[in-house]
Amino acid sequence: MEKRVVFRHAWLPYLLLLPQLAITLVFFIWPASQALYQSVLRQDPFGLRTAFVGLQNFERLFSDPTYLNSFQVTVVFSLAVAALSMGAALLFAVMADRVIRGAMAYKTLLIWPYAVAPAVAGVLWWLLFNPTIGFMAAVLDRLGYDWNHFVDGGDALLLVILASAWKQISYNFLFFLAGLQAIPRSLIEAAAIDGAGPARRFWTIVFPLLSPTTFFLLVVNVVYAFFDTFGVIHATTSGGPGQATTILVYKVFSDGFIGLNLGSSAAQSVVLMSIVIALTVIQFRYIERRVHY
Amino acid sequence: MVENRPLVTYLSHGILLAGILVVAFPLWMAFVASTYPPEAFNTGVLPLWPGDHFWENYSTALSAGLQAAGGVPVGLMMLNSTVMALAIAIGKIAISLLSAYAVVYFRFPGRMLCFWTIFVTLMLPVEVRILPTFEVVADLGMLNSYAGLSIPLIASATATFLFRQFFLTVPDELVEAARIDGAGPLRFFKDVLMPLSRTNIAALFVILFIYGWNQYLWPLLITTEESFYTVVMGIQRMVAVPDSEPQWHVVMATAILAMIPPVFVVIAMQRLFVRGLVETEK
Repeated sequence: MEKRVVFRHAWLPYLLLLPQLAITLVFFIWPASQALYQSVLRQDPFGLRTAFVGLQNFERLFSDPTYLNSFQVTVVFSLAVAALSMGAALLFAVMADRVIRGAMAYKTLLIWPYAVAPAVAGVLWWLLFNPTIGFMAAVLDRLGYDWNHFVDGGDALLLVILASAWKQISYNFLFFLAGLQAIPRSLIEAAAIDGAGPARRFWTIVFPLLSPTTFFLLVVNVVYAFFDTFGVIHATTSGGPGQATTILVYKVFSDGFIGLNLGSSAAQSVVLMSIVIALTVIQFRYIERRVHY
Repeated sequence: MVENRPLVTYLSHGILLAGILVVAFPLWMAFVASTYPPEAFNTGVLPLWPGDHFWENYSTALSAGLQAAGGVPVGLMMLNSTVMALAIAIGKIAISLLSAYAVVYFRFPGRMLCFWTIFVTLMLPVEVRILPTFEVVADLGMLNSYAGLSIPLIASATATFLFRQFFLTVPDELVEAARIDGAGPLRFFKDVLMPLSRTNIAALFVILFIYGWNQYLWPLLITTEESFYTVVMGIQRMVAVPDSEPQWHVVMATAILAMIPPVFVVIAMQRLFVRGLVETEK
Protein backbone atom coordinates (compact mmCIF):
# COMPACT_ATOMS: atom_id res chain seq x y z
CA MET A 1 0.00 0.00 0.00
CA GLU A 2 1.32 3.42 -0.93
CA LYS A 3 0.22 6.97 -0.33
CA ARG A 4 -1.31 8.76 -3.29
CA VAL A 5 -0.39 12.22 -2.04
CA VAL A 6 3.13 12.80 -0.79
CA PHE A 7 5.40 15.67 0.09
CA ARG A 8 8.34 16.65 -2.04
CA HIS A 9 11.58 17.58 -0.38
CA ALA A 10 15.20 17.04 -1.33
CA TRP A 11 16.82 16.30 2.00
CA LEU A 12 14.16 16.28 4.73
CA PRO A 13 13.28 12.55 4.47
CA TYR A 14 16.93 11.62 4.89
CA LEU A 15 17.19 13.82 7.93
CA LEU A 16 14.10 12.20 9.43
CA LEU A 17 15.50 8.73 8.83
CA LEU A 18 18.96 9.57 10.06
CA PRO A 19 18.60 8.76 13.79
CA GLN A 20 17.06 5.36 13.27
CA LEU A 21 19.37 4.41 10.41
CA ALA A 22 22.45 5.51 12.34
CA ILE A 23 21.53 3.46 15.39
CA THR A 24 20.54 0.48 13.26
CA LEU A 25 23.82 0.54 11.35
CA VAL A 26 26.07 1.08 14.37
CA PHE A 27 24.39 -1.25 16.86
CA PHE A 28 22.66 -3.85 14.67
CA ILE A 29 24.04 -4.27 11.17
CA TRP A 30 27.71 -3.71 11.98
CA PRO A 31 27.81 -6.07 15.03
CA ALA A 32 25.86 -8.70 13.13
CA SER A 33 28.30 -8.53 10.23
CA GLN A 34 31.15 -8.73 12.75
CA ALA A 35 29.61 -11.90 14.13
CA LEU A 36 29.43 -13.30 10.60
CA TYR A 37 33.06 -12.33 9.96
CA GLN A 38 34.39 -13.68 13.27
CA SER A 39 32.58 -16.94 12.74
CA VAL A 40 35.06 -17.80 9.98
CA LEU A 41 38.14 -16.79 11.99
CA ARG A 42 40.03 -18.42 14.80
CA GLN A 43 42.10 -16.62 17.43
CA ASP A 44 44.81 -18.20 19.49
CA PRO A 45 44.13 -18.17 23.25
CA PHE A 46 46.12 -14.97 23.80
CA GLY A 47 44.43 -13.07 21.01
CA LEU A 48 47.76 -12.50 19.24
CA ARG A 49 47.13 -14.23 15.96
CA THR A 50 43.95 -14.60 13.99
CA ALA A 51 43.59 -16.98 11.10
CA PHE A 52 40.92 -17.54 8.50
CA VAL A 53 39.52 -21.01 8.99
CA GLY A 54 36.50 -21.07 6.69
CA LEU A 55 33.63 -23.13 8.00
CA GLN A 56 35.77 -25.00 10.52
CA ASN A 57 34.13 -23.26 13.49
CA PHE A 58 30.77 -24.55 12.33
CA GLU A 59 32.13 -28.05 11.71
CA ARG A 60 33.58 -28.10 15.19
CA LEU A 61 30.37 -26.79 16.64
CA PHE A 62 28.23 -29.50 15.13
CA SER A 63 30.60 -32.25 16.18
CA ASP A 64 30.84 -30.87 19.71
CA PRO A 65 28.71 -33.01 22.03
CA THR A 66 28.11 -30.16 24.49
CA TYR A 67 26.70 -28.01 21.68
CA LEU A 68 24.47 -30.78 20.41
CA ASN A 69 23.35 -31.37 23.97
CA SER A 70 22.53 -27.69 24.30
CA PHE A 71 20.47 -27.94 21.11
CA GLN A 72 18.54 -30.81 22.60
CA VAL A 73 17.99 -28.97 25.88
CA THR A 74 16.72 -25.94 23.96
CA VAL A 75 14.23 -28.00 21.96
CA VAL A 76 12.87 -29.76 25.05
CA PHE A 77 12.81 -26.49 26.98
CA SER A 78 11.03 -24.41 24.35
CA LEU A 79 8.45 -27.07 23.49
CA ALA A 80 7.70 -27.62 27.18
CA VAL A 81 7.39 -23.89 27.85
CA ALA A 82 5.12 -23.40 24.83
CA ALA A 83 2.92 -26.41 25.63
CA LEU A 84 2.59 -25.62 29.32
CA SER A 85 1.89 -21.91 29.06
CA MET A 86 -0.39 -22.23 26.03
CA GLY A 87 -2.33 -25.10 27.60
CA ALA A 88 -2.91 -23.23 30.84
CA ALA A 89 -3.70 -19.99 29.02
CA LEU A 90 -6.21 -21.69 26.72
CA LEU A 91 -7.98 -23.27 29.68
CA PHE A 92 -8.23 -19.94 31.50
CA ALA A 93 -9.29 -18.09 28.35
CA VAL A 94 -12.10 -20.56 27.60
CA MET A 95 -13.34 -20.22 31.18
CA ALA A 96 -13.01 -16.43 31.18
CA ASP A 97 -14.91 -16.29 27.89
CA ARG A 98 -17.78 -18.23 29.51
CA VAL A 99 -18.27 -16.27 32.68
CA ILE A 100 -20.03 -12.93 32.72
CA ARG A 101 -19.75 -12.00 36.37
CA GLY A 102 -16.26 -10.81 37.35
CA ALA A 103 -14.77 -11.28 33.89
CA MET A 104 -12.82 -8.03 34.12
CA ALA A 105 -11.42 -8.85 37.56
CA TYR A 106 -10.26 -12.29 36.40
CA LYS A 107 -8.58 -10.72 33.41
CA THR A 108 -6.72 -8.16 35.53
CA LEU A 109 -5.58 -10.81 37.98
CA LEU A 110 -4.27 -13.04 35.22
CA ILE A 111 -2.37 -10.55 33.08
CA TRP A 112 -0.02 -8.96 35.59
CA PRO A 113 2.80 -11.54 35.29
CA TYR A 114 3.50 -10.13 31.83
CA ALA A 115 5.12 -7.18 33.57
CA VAL A 116 7.50 -9.31 35.64
CA ALA A 117 11.05 -9.44 34.28
CA PRO A 118 12.19 -12.95 33.31
CA ALA A 119 15.07 -12.74 35.76
CA VAL A 120 12.72 -11.80 38.60
CA ALA A 121 10.31 -14.59 37.62
CA GLY A 122 13.22 -17.01 37.83
CA VAL A 123 14.19 -15.80 41.29
CA LEU A 124 10.59 -16.13 42.57
CA TRP A 125 10.35 -19.75 41.48
CA TRP A 126 13.85 -20.42 42.72
CA LEU A 127 12.75 -19.43 46.22
CA LEU A 128 9.56 -21.46 45.95
CA PHE A 129 11.51 -24.61 45.11
CA ASN A 130 14.56 -23.97 47.29
CA PRO A 131 15.38 -27.39 48.79
CA THR A 132 15.70 -26.08 52.35
CA ILE A 133 13.26 -23.19 52.69
CA GLY A 134 11.00 -23.47 49.62
CA PHE A 135 7.35 -24.30 50.13
CA MET A 136 7.01 -26.45 47.02
CA ALA A 137 10.16 -28.41 47.81
CA ALA A 138 8.70 -29.15 51.24
CA VAL A 139 5.42 -30.30 49.69
CA LEU A 140 7.29 -32.56 47.28
CA ASP A 141 9.35 -33.90 50.18
CA ARG A 142 6.13 -34.77 52.02
CA LEU A 143 5.01 -36.63 48.90
CA GLY A 144 8.25 -38.59 48.93
CA TYR A 145 10.16 -36.76 46.20
CA ASP A 146 13.56 -35.39 47.08
CA TRP A 147 13.70 -32.17 45.05
CA ASN A 148 17.10 -30.61 44.56
CA HIS A 149 17.74 -28.44 41.53
CA PHE A 150 21.34 -27.84 42.60
CA VAL A 151 22.19 -31.48 41.95
CA ASP A 152 19.53 -32.95 39.72
CA GLY A 153 19.56 -31.68 36.11
CA GLY A 154 15.97 -32.74 35.49
CA ASP A 155 14.73 -30.78 38.50
CA ALA A 156 16.67 -27.72 37.38
CA LEU A 157 15.25 -27.92 33.86
CA LEU A 158 11.74 -28.31 35.22
CA LEU A 159 12.27 -25.29 37.44
CA VAL A 160 13.27 -22.98 34.60
CA ILE A 161 10.44 -24.37 32.44
CA LEU A 162 7.89 -23.58 35.15
CA ALA A 163 9.24 -20.08 35.73
CA SER A 164 9.35 -19.27 32.01
CA ALA A 165 5.90 -20.73 31.30
CA TRP A 166 4.41 -18.88 34.27
CA LYS A 167 5.53 -15.53 32.92
CA GLN A 168 4.15 -16.25 29.45
CA ILE A 169 0.65 -17.37 30.53
CA SER A 170 -0.71 -13.82 30.61
CA TYR A 171 0.40 -13.07 27.07
CA ASN A 172 -1.13 -16.25 25.68
CA PHE A 173 -4.27 -15.71 27.74
CA LEU A 174 -4.88 -12.28 26.20
CA PHE A 175 -4.47 -13.53 22.65
CA PHE A 176 -6.57 -16.64 23.19
CA LEU A 177 -9.30 -14.55 24.78
CA ALA A 178 -9.27 -12.14 21.84
CA GLY A 179 -9.40 -15.13 19.47
CA LEU A 180 -12.33 -16.67 21.33
CA GLN A 181 -14.28 -13.44 21.33
CA ALA A 182 -13.83 -13.16 17.57
CA ILE A 183 -15.66 -16.46 16.97
CA PRO A 184 -19.23 -15.74 15.80
CA ARG A 185 -21.79 -16.60 18.47
CA SER A 186 -24.18 -17.88 15.82
CA LEU A 187 -21.98 -20.89 15.07
CA ILE A 188 -21.92 -21.90 18.71
CA GLU A 189 -25.65 -21.33 19.10
CA ALA A 190 -26.38 -23.43 16.03
CA ALA A 191 -24.31 -26.28 17.46
CA ALA A 192 -26.09 -25.94 20.79
CA ILE A 193 -29.47 -26.21 19.06
CA ASP A 194 -28.24 -29.37 17.35
CA GLY A 195 -27.61 -30.75 20.82
CA ALA A 196 -23.82 -30.45 21.12
CA GLY A 197 -22.63 -29.95 24.71
CA PRO A 198 -19.91 -27.49 25.78
CA ALA A 199 -17.05 -29.98 25.44
CA ARG A 200 -18.11 -31.14 22.02
CA ARG A 201 -18.64 -27.57 20.83
CA PHE A 202 -15.16 -26.72 21.99
CA TRP A 203 -13.41 -29.53 20.16
CA THR A 204 -15.39 -29.43 16.92
CA ILE A 205 -15.95 -25.69 16.49
CA VAL A 206 -13.99 -23.45 18.82
CA PHE A 207 -10.64 -25.19 18.75
CA PRO A 208 -10.41 -25.48 14.94
CA LEU A 209 -11.43 -21.85 14.54
CA LEU A 210 -8.75 -20.85 17.03
CA SER A 211 -6.01 -22.57 15.06
CA PRO A 212 -4.63 -19.35 13.50
CA THR A 213 -4.21 -17.86 16.98
CA THR A 214 -2.72 -21.09 18.27
CA PHE A 215 -0.21 -21.25 15.47
CA PHE A 216 0.76 -17.63 15.86
CA LEU A 217 1.24 -18.10 19.60
CA LEU A 218 3.29 -21.23 19.05
CA VAL A 219 5.82 -19.26 17.01
CA VAL A 220 5.85 -16.37 19.49
CA ASN A 221 6.32 -18.76 22.41
CA VAL A 222 9.17 -20.60 20.75
CA VAL A 223 10.90 -17.30 20.02
CA TYR A 224 10.31 -16.28 23.64
CA ALA A 225 11.72 -19.56 24.96
CA PHE A 226 14.73 -19.33 22.66
CA PHE A 227 15.78 -15.79 23.51
CA ASP A 228 13.89 -14.00 26.25
CA THR A 229 14.37 -16.69 28.85
CA PHE A 230 18.06 -15.89 29.17
CA GLY A 231 17.32 -13.96 32.37
CA VAL A 232 15.42 -16.85 33.95
CA ILE A 233 18.38 -19.16 33.47
CA HIS A 234 21.19 -16.76 34.18
CA ALA A 235 19.67 -15.49 37.43
CA THR A 236 18.94 -18.98 38.78
CA THR A 237 20.69 -22.10 37.53
CA SER A 238 23.45 -20.45 35.43
CA GLY A 239 23.07 -23.24 32.90
CA GLY A 240 23.77 -25.96 35.44
CA PRO A 241 23.97 -28.38 37.06
CA GLY A 242 26.36 -29.75 34.47
CA GLN A 243 24.89 -28.52 31.20
CA ALA A 244 21.32 -29.43 32.08
CA THR A 245 19.81 -25.97 31.54
CA THR A 246 22.30 -24.51 29.05
CA ILE A 247 20.07 -23.34 26.23
CA LEU A 248 21.65 -22.02 23.02
CA VAL A 249 21.44 -18.35 23.96
CA TYR A 250 23.04 -19.05 27.30
CA LYS A 251 25.84 -20.93 25.58
CA VAL A 252 26.62 -18.03 23.22
CA PHE A 253 26.97 -15.86 26.29
CA SER A 254 29.00 -18.26 28.40
CA ASP A 255 31.37 -19.31 25.59
CA GLY A 256 31.89 -15.71 24.52
CA PHE A 257 32.11 -13.83 27.80
CA ILE A 258 33.27 -16.47 30.23
CA GLY A 259 35.10 -18.91 27.95
CA LEU A 260 36.37 -16.13 25.63
CA ASN A 261 36.11 -18.45 22.67
CA LEU A 262 35.30 -15.77 20.11
CA GLY A 263 35.20 -17.89 16.98
CA SER A 264 32.87 -20.46 18.47
CA SER A 265 30.65 -17.86 20.10
CA ALA A 266 30.37 -15.99 16.80
CA ALA A 267 29.53 -19.18 14.94
CA GLN A 268 26.83 -19.91 17.52
CA SER A 269 25.47 -16.39 17.05
CA VAL A 270 25.23 -17.03 13.33
CA VAL A 271 23.35 -20.29 13.91
CA LEU A 272 20.96 -18.47 16.24
CA MET A 273 20.45 -15.66 13.74
CA SER A 274 19.46 -18.18 11.09
CA ILE A 275 16.96 -19.69 13.53
CA VAL A 276 15.43 -16.25 14.22
CA ILE A 277 15.28 -15.47 10.52
CA ALA A 278 13.56 -18.81 9.85
CA LEU A 279 11.04 -18.20 12.63
CA THR A 280 10.37 -14.63 11.47
CA VAL A 281 9.80 -15.81 7.91
CA ILE A 282 7.39 -18.49 9.11
CA GLN A 283 5.53 -15.92 11.16
CA PHE A 284 5.28 -13.41 8.33
CA ARG A 285 4.20 -15.94 5.73
CA TYR A 286 1.57 -17.10 8.12
CA ILE A 287 0.36 -13.59 8.89
CA GLU A 288 0.12 -12.92 5.15
CA ARG A 289 -2.10 -15.95 4.90
CA ARG A 290 -4.29 -14.84 7.75
CA VAL A 291 -4.89 -11.51 6.06
CA HIS A 292 -6.25 -13.18 2.91
CA TYR A 293 -8.28 -15.76 4.81
CA MET B 1 -23.92 -17.94 27.14
CA VAL B 2 -25.97 -20.05 24.82
CA GLU B 3 -27.56 -22.20 27.50
CA ASN B 4 -28.00 -22.08 31.22
CA ARG B 5 -25.88 -24.70 32.91
CA PRO B 6 -25.16 -23.48 36.43
CA LEU B 7 -22.83 -26.39 37.14
CA VAL B 8 -20.55 -25.54 34.21
CA THR B 9 -20.56 -21.89 35.25
CA TYR B 10 -19.53 -22.77 38.81
CA LEU B 11 -16.82 -25.00 37.40
CA SER B 12 -15.55 -22.11 35.24
CA HIS B 13 -15.38 -19.80 38.23
CA GLY B 14 -13.62 -22.51 40.21
CA ILE B 15 -10.97 -23.05 37.55
CA LEU B 16 -10.39 -19.32 37.15
CA LEU B 17 -10.02 -18.82 40.90
CA ALA B 18 -7.61 -21.75 41.08
CA GLY B 19 -5.69 -20.28 38.16
CA ILE B 20 -5.42 -16.90 39.82
CA LEU B 21 -4.15 -18.52 43.02
CA VAL B 22 -1.55 -20.59 41.19
CA VAL B 23 -0.40 -17.56 39.20
CA ALA B 24 -0.20 -15.36 42.29
CA PHE B 25 1.37 -17.93 44.61
CA PRO B 26 5.05 -17.23 43.74
CA LEU B 27 4.41 -13.53 44.28
CA TRP B 28 2.79 -14.16 47.65
CA MET B 29 5.69 -16.34 48.82
CA ALA B 30 8.17 -13.68 47.71
CA PHE B 31 6.24 -11.12 49.72
CA VAL B 32 6.17 -13.43 52.74
CA ALA B 33 9.91 -14.01 52.47
CA SER B 34 10.51 -10.28 52.35
CA THR B 35 8.87 -9.77 55.76
CA TYR B 36 11.01 -12.07 57.90
CA PRO B 37 14.28 -11.39 59.71
CA PRO B 38 17.38 -13.13 58.29
CA GLU B 39 17.41 -15.79 61.04
CA ALA B 40 14.04 -17.12 59.87
CA PHE B 41 15.71 -18.63 56.82
CA ASN B 42 17.97 -20.90 58.86
CA THR B 43 15.22 -22.78 60.58
CA GLY B 44 13.57 -24.55 57.70
CA VAL B 45 10.58 -24.08 55.46
CA LEU B 46 9.09 -20.60 55.18
CA PRO B 47 5.66 -20.12 56.72
CA LEU B 48 2.72 -19.11 54.53
CA TRP B 49 1.92 -15.99 56.53
CA PRO B 50 3.99 -12.75 56.56
CA GLY B 51 6.25 -11.89 59.46
CA ASP B 52 6.82 -8.58 61.21
CA HIS B 53 9.99 -7.28 59.56
CA PHE B 54 8.32 -5.55 56.65
CA TRP B 55 9.57 -2.03 57.37
CA GLU B 56 13.07 -3.08 58.43
CA ASN B 57 13.69 -5.16 55.32
CA TYR B 58 12.26 -2.71 52.84
CA SER B 59 13.99 0.30 54.32
CA THR B 60 17.31 -1.62 54.41
CA ALA B 61 16.87 -2.59 50.78
CA LEU B 62 15.83 0.85 49.62
CA SER B 63 18.46 2.84 51.43
CA ALA B 64 21.42 0.51 51.89
CA GLY B 65 21.07 -2.49 49.60
CA LEU B 66 23.07 -5.61 50.27
CA GLN B 67 26.64 -5.14 51.54
CA ALA B 68 27.91 -8.37 50.02
CA ALA B 69 26.61 -7.34 46.59
CA GLY B 70 28.36 -3.98 46.55
CA GLY B 71 25.93 -2.24 48.87
CA VAL B 72 24.02 -0.43 46.12
CA PRO B 73 20.81 1.04 47.54
CA VAL B 74 17.79 -0.31 45.70
CA GLY B 75 16.44 3.23 45.55
CA LEU B 76 19.37 4.18 43.30
CA MET B 77 18.91 1.08 41.15
CA MET B 78 15.26 1.90 40.69
CA LEU B 79 16.17 5.40 39.64
CA ASN B 80 18.59 3.95 37.07
CA SER B 81 15.91 1.58 35.83
CA THR B 82 13.46 4.44 35.49
CA VAL B 83 15.92 6.54 33.51
CA MET B 84 16.73 3.61 31.24
CA ALA B 85 13.10 2.57 30.72
CA LEU B 86 11.99 6.13 29.96
CA ALA B 87 14.93 6.75 27.64
CA ILE B 88 14.23 3.54 25.72
CA ALA B 89 10.48 4.13 25.48
CA ILE B 90 10.69 7.79 24.51
CA GLY B 91 13.69 7.31 22.24
CA LYS B 92 12.12 4.41 20.37
CA ILE B 93 8.86 6.25 19.88
CA ALA B 94 10.59 9.43 18.71
CA ILE B 95 12.91 7.89 16.14
CA SER B 96 10.23 5.48 14.93
CA LEU B 97 7.71 8.26 14.39
CA LEU B 98 10.23 10.23 12.36
CA SER B 99 11.39 7.33 10.23
CA ALA B 100 7.87 6.01 9.63
CA TYR B 101 6.83 9.50 8.58
CA ALA B 102 9.72 9.70 6.12
CA VAL B 103 8.97 6.28 4.64
CA VAL B 104 5.24 6.86 4.24
CA TYR B 105 4.96 10.51 3.26
CA PHE B 106 7.97 11.00 0.99
CA ARG B 107 9.26 9.49 -2.23
CA PHE B 108 13.03 9.57 -2.46
CA PRO B 109 15.82 7.45 -3.89
CA GLY B 110 16.81 4.63 -1.55
CA ARG B 111 13.47 4.56 0.25
CA MET B 112 13.04 0.80 0.08
CA LEU B 113 16.66 0.22 1.04
CA CYS B 114 16.14 2.28 4.20
CA PHE B 115 12.95 0.41 4.90
CA TRP B 116 14.62 -2.99 4.64
CA THR B 117 17.60 -1.92 6.71
CA ILE B 118 15.19 -1.11 9.51
CA PHE B 119 13.17 -4.26 8.90
CA VAL B 120 16.22 -6.50 9.31
CA THR B 121 16.62 -5.46 12.95
CA LEU B 122 13.54 -7.55 13.74
CA MET B 123 15.72 -10.58 13.17
CA LEU B 124 18.67 -9.51 15.31
CA PRO B 125 17.77 -9.59 19.01
CA VAL B 126 20.51 -8.45 21.39
CA GLU B 127 21.04 -11.98 22.59
CA VAL B 128 22.40 -13.25 19.28
CA ARG B 129 24.92 -10.48 18.68
CA ILE B 130 26.06 -9.93 22.24
CA LEU B 131 29.83 -9.92 21.84
CA PRO B 132 30.23 -7.67 18.77
CA THR B 133 27.64 -5.20 20.07
CA PHE B 134 29.46 -5.08 23.37
CA GLU B 135 32.70 -4.34 21.51
CA VAL B 136 31.09 -1.49 19.57
CA VAL B 137 29.75 0.07 22.75
CA ALA B 138 33.10 -0.36 24.49
CA ASP B 139 34.93 1.26 21.55
CA LEU B 140 32.56 4.20 21.67
CA GLY B 141 33.32 4.64 25.38
CA MET B 142 29.70 4.13 26.34
CA LEU B 143 30.21 1.54 29.09
CA ASN B 144 28.81 2.65 32.44
CA SER B 145 26.63 5.43 31.11
CA TYR B 146 22.95 6.02 30.58
CA ALA B 147 23.61 6.46 26.88
CA GLY B 148 25.17 3.00 26.71
CA LEU B 149 22.26 1.53 28.64
CA SER B 150 19.59 2.92 26.35
CA ILE B 151 20.78 3.97 22.88
CA PRO B 152 21.76 0.52 21.55
CA LEU B 153 18.26 -0.75 22.45
CA ILE B 154 16.43 2.17 20.90
CA ALA B 155 16.28 1.10 17.26
CA SER B 156 13.16 -0.93 16.75
CA ALA B 157 11.47 -2.21 13.66
CA THR B 158 8.28 -3.02 15.55
CA ALA B 159 7.54 0.56 16.51
CA THR B 160 8.39 1.83 13.03
CA PHE B 161 6.02 -0.72 11.52
CA LEU B 162 3.25 0.13 13.89
CA PHE B 163 3.43 3.81 12.96
CA ARG B 164 3.80 3.01 9.27
CA GLN B 165 0.64 0.90 9.36
CA PHE B 166 -1.16 3.63 11.20
CA PHE B 167 -0.01 6.44 8.88
CA LEU B 168 -1.19 4.44 5.89
CA THR B 169 -4.72 4.50 7.28
CA VAL B 170 -4.74 8.29 7.67
CA PRO B 171 -6.89 9.74 4.84
CA ASP B 172 -5.01 11.42 2.00
CA GLU B 173 -7.49 14.29 2.08
CA LEU B 174 -5.80 15.54 5.24
CA VAL B 175 -2.51 16.00 3.39
CA GLU B 176 -4.29 17.74 0.52
CA ALA B 177 -6.14 20.02 2.88
CA ALA B 178 -2.94 20.83 4.74
CA ARG B 179 -1.13 21.60 1.51
CA ILE B 180 -3.91 23.87 0.30
CA ASP B 181 -3.71 25.70 3.58
CA GLY B 182 -0.02 26.16 2.95
CA ALA B 183 1.33 23.78 5.58
CA GLY B 184 4.74 22.25 4.94
CA PRO B 185 5.71 18.67 5.84
CA LEU B 186 6.92 19.52 9.33
CA ARG B 187 3.81 21.55 10.11
CA PHE B 188 1.61 18.68 8.89
CA PHE B 189 3.55 16.23 11.07
CA LYS B 190 3.28 18.38 14.15
CA ASP B 191 -0.29 19.66 13.86
CA VAL B 192 -2.13 16.82 12.11
CA LEU B 193 -0.28 13.54 12.38
CA MET B 194 0.95 13.76 15.96
CA PRO B 195 -2.46 14.53 17.50
CA LEU B 196 -3.97 11.66 15.49
CA SER B 197 -1.32 9.22 16.74
CA ARG B 198 -1.81 10.01 20.40
CA THR B 199 -3.52 6.76 21.42
CA ASN B 200 -1.05 4.66 19.48
CA ILE B 201 1.84 6.47 21.10
CA ALA B 202 0.40 5.92 24.56
CA ALA B 203 -0.25 2.23 23.94
CA LEU B 204 3.24 1.73 22.61
CA PHE B 205 4.71 3.66 25.50
CA VAL B 206 3.21 1.22 28.00
CA ILE B 207 4.70 -1.79 26.21
CA LEU B 208 8.09 -0.15 25.69
CA PHE B 209 8.34 1.04 29.28
CA ILE B 210 7.91 -2.54 30.48
CA TYR B 211 10.38 -3.75 27.85
CA GLY B 212 12.94 -1.19 28.97
CA TRP B 213 12.43 -1.75 32.67
CA ASN B 214 12.84 -5.52 32.31
CA GLN B 215 16.08 -5.41 30.32
CA TYR B 216 18.54 -7.81 31.88
CA LEU B 217 21.40 -9.06 29.75
CA TRP B 218 22.35 -5.68 28.34
CA PRO B 219 22.74 -3.78 31.65
CA LEU B 220 24.50 -6.82 33.09
CA LEU B 221 27.17 -6.57 30.41
CA ILE B 222 27.81 -2.89 30.18
CA THR B 223 27.59 -1.79 33.80
CA THR B 224 30.58 -2.58 35.95
CA GLU B 225 30.20 0.46 38.18
CA GLU B 226 27.66 -0.10 40.93
CA SER B 227 26.18 3.36 40.52
CA PHE B 228 24.74 2.34 37.13
CA TYR B 229 23.18 -0.96 38.23
CA THR B 230 19.53 -1.36 37.28
CA VAL B 231 17.22 -3.14 39.66
CA VAL B 232 16.45 -6.21 37.54
CA MET B 233 20.13 -7.04 37.05
CA GLY B 234 20.93 -5.95 40.60
CA ILE B 235 18.85 -8.85 41.89
CA GLN B 236 21.13 -11.26 40.10
CA ARG B 237 24.14 -9.64 41.74
CA MET B 238 22.45 -10.15 45.11
CA VAL B 239 21.55 -13.78 44.45
CA ALA B 240 24.95 -14.71 43.09
CA VAL B 241 26.99 -13.78 46.15
CA PRO B 242 29.77 -16.37 46.18
CA ASP B 243 30.09 -18.95 48.97
CA SER B 244 26.94 -18.15 50.87
CA GLU B 245 23.20 -18.57 50.78
CA PRO B 246 21.45 -15.53 49.32
CA GLN B 247 20.13 -13.03 51.85
CA TRP B 248 16.58 -13.96 50.96
CA HIS B 249 14.85 -11.26 52.95
CA VAL B 250 16.60 -8.41 51.11
CA VAL B 251 16.61 -10.22 47.76
CA MET B 252 12.86 -10.73 47.88
CA ALA B 253 12.19 -7.20 49.07
CA THR B 254 14.19 -6.04 46.04
CA ALA B 255 12.30 -8.40 43.75
CA ILE B 256 8.98 -7.02 44.97
CA LEU B 257 10.23 -3.45 44.52
CA ALA B 258 11.45 -4.30 41.02
CA MET B 259 8.01 -5.62 40.08
CA ILE B 260 5.94 -2.74 41.41
CA PRO B 261 6.43 -0.13 38.64
CA PRO B 262 5.82 -2.38 35.59
CA VAL B 263 2.96 -4.30 37.24
CA PHE B 264 1.38 -1.01 38.26
CA VAL B 265 1.66 0.25 34.69
CA VAL B 266 -0.03 -2.90 33.32
CA ILE B 267 -2.90 -2.83 35.79
CA ALA B 268 -3.48 0.92 35.82
CA MET B 269 -3.33 1.23 32.03
CA GLN B 270 -4.84 -2.10 31.16
CA ARG B 271 -6.75 -0.92 28.11
CA LEU B 272 -3.73 0.78 26.58
CA PHE B 273 -1.54 -2.18 27.49
CA VAL B 274 -3.79 -4.71 25.74
CA ARG B 275 -4.05 -2.45 22.73
CA GLY B 276 -0.29 -1.98 22.56
CA LEU B 277 0.33 -5.70 22.88
CA VAL B 278 -2.07 -6.62 20.09
CA GLU B 279 -0.94 -3.79 17.80
CA THR B 280 2.77 -4.54 18.07
CA GLU B 281 2.21 -8.16 17.07
CA LYS B 282 0.33 -7.39 13.87
